[in-house]
Amino acid sequence: MAAATDQATREIPYVKAITEGVQQSLHEFPEAFLAGEDVAVAGSVFGIYKGLLAEFGEKRIVDTPISEAGIVGLGVGAAATGLRPILDIMFMDFLGECMDEVANQMAKMRFMFGGKAKLPVTVLMMGGAGMSMAAQHSQSLEAWLCHLPGLKVMMPTTPYDAKGSIIAAVREENPIFVILNKLSLGITGPVPEEPYAIPIGEAIIRREGSDISVVAIGRMVHEALTAAEELAKDGISLEVIDPRTVQPFDTATVIASVQKTHHAMIVHEAVRFAGIGGEIAAQIQEEAFDYLDAPVARLGAPFAPVPYSPPLEKAYMPDAKRIAATARETLGR
Amino acid sequence: MADGPSNEVLLDIHERMVRIRIFEEEAGKLMENGKVPGALHLYVGQEAVAAGVMAHLSDADQITSTHRGHGHVVAKGGQFKEMYAELYGRVTGYCKGMGGSMHISNFDIGILGANGIVCGGPPIAVGAAFSNKYRETDQVAVTFFGDGASNEGAFHEAANMAALYKLPCLFVCENNGFGEYTSQKRHQAIRDVADRAAGYGMPGVIVDGMDVIAVYEAAGEAINRARRGEGPTLLECKTYRFYDHVGVRGMGIDYRSDDEVKEWKQRDPIKLLEDRLAEQDVLSNDDAAAVHERVRSEAMEAIAWADASPYPAVENLLDDVYYNGE
Repeated sequence: MAAATDQATREIPYVKAITEGVQQSLHEFPEAFLAGEDVAVAGSVFGIYKGLLAEFGEKRIVDTPISEAGIVGLGVGAAATGLRPILDIMFMDFLGECMDEVANQMAKMRFMFGGKAKLPVTVLMMGGAGMSMAAQHSQSLEAWLCHLPGLKVMMPTTPYDAKGSIIAAVREENPIFVILNKLSLGITGPVPEEPYAIPIGEAIIRREGSDISVVAIGRMVHEALTAAEELAKDGISLEVIDPRTVQPFDTATVIASVQKTHHAMIVHEAVRFAGIGGEIAAQIQEEAFDYLDAPVARLGAPFAPVPYSPPLEKAYMPDAKRIAATARETLGR
Repeated sequence: MADGPSNEVLLDIHERMVRIRIFEEEAGKLMENGKVPGALHLYVGQEAVAAGVMAHLSDADQITSTHRGHGHVVAKGGQFKEMYAELYGRVTGYCKGMGGSMHISNFDIGILGANGIVCGGPPIAVGAAFSNKYRETDQVAVTFFGDGASNEGAFHEAANMAALYKLPCLFVCENNGFGEYTSQKRHQAIRDVADRAAGYGMPGVIVDGMDVIAVYEAAGEAINRARRGEGPTLLECKTYRFYDHVGVRGMGIDYRSDDEVKEWKQRDPIKLLEDRLAEQDVLSNDDAAAVHERVRSEAMEAIAWADASPYPAVENLLDDVYYNGE
């Protein structure tokens, strides 16, 4: 596209889409502020908040100590008293540092106190492997969050969704996590300049197909699309579903797809055992058992921490090749 | 300070303390008679702390409480009916029966939760204080926690952030000498939790937590400081729980001597105040007894009301997991 003057077709990278989502949210809500480690002066170690300090000042772009429990506690207390915090936890692996604040305070406050508290708090964090960041900076821990009643969880896979998910999250009145993907920061795509929100809890079909429904979580959407392209050459048609929100989960879209294709596969970068793929597979067999022509296939990481060494890390993550092979196996073609 | 609190304030503080004591005595009976479910951590013995601090706060000021939280709620203005109903697990309780003793709370009067997690409150209070500063109000957030909680990592993070951002916040350590059943000398190498304040760059103040006037005056100074925008204070109140960690008689764990308990009971904070009020002709012993009697009958009435209240309906279980619009 030579001259991208048309707003609707302006293409920007995922990293910039994040910045714009936060920036426009801060404009929309004067009670919103961004807090986290290195978010202000440094503009984030991922470069996702560059320019925000200059635009909004220190009151609204708040550098914090390296204190994840403190950051989440700050967000919970501020949200309960009328603010709209946007918290940054940098790598989602650091959830361990603040899991009490997340699981026992943020997720339960409204319920425990009889519905009096309203907590419009957004937590942004970066997940995923693929950059040799090793075992403590590469995990996909969405299942931890999905298991906690009271939380919502989005996993945007495109620049369009990154911006729209952040805006939706900040507008949301419940605690919500937006799990961003570090390996996707450079992906470019069309992003409208005006603010817009991705509907929370609605999946999107990224590619229509007729032979097998592939529910791809997070970055695996792109791998599934590559696999679909490849298999199409052999006349095998993949329907690729991007749930976009993993809690609440859009079961209806998945079931409707399986009823059409009669085959299902789930792929995520998280460890396969007790990953959300197991939950989705169970839902499919509960609600579409009679439509299935083969067992539901699941692809995920092996039961091991993420390795550092590049060839091992590559083998660790599911990719287009394995998705294609699993699809063939499930279809017997 | 030279003149001390007015008679009006003294009577108000006395009323708050008596209300806590009687609420807790009756709550203890309910638990031991199997009338209410769950675990109750009772506040008897520590009344001077909640009353002395809360006398400075309005409904707009926030507090975070602990697992031993009934006293804070009563002192902040919590009503007996809704409180007992919560202990009974009834829908008329402050938390609609969803929280119970450990989460007894009333957001409408600035209570951001009693917390079953040790040191659950301080990071949240820091958030409220951040919000107060952000919104440019004169509200203060007060977090109550114990000597045991001061060993949690979350305490360190919260205290550091409060001091760093100079937040309108007060850290009230109720040092009752025990983290559950472990004595302070067995859980930390320091004797005064207030020593830690220096490490965060905030003043640390120690008061006799059985002397409500001392608590009142020290808390007043710290709260005024916070309202003036001069940052947080760590106020350590040396106190004691007359009952066990859980319930009245507790689980029969042998972790402190009867003599020690007896010694502390000599300095019952309500008795100390009442002696002083009688001496100063502010409240006679008979008038004090009348306050006890009036509060006792209010408690009995509230208990009957709570006991007659309905349980929450099972079909409403999921109502407040998420906010779905008013």
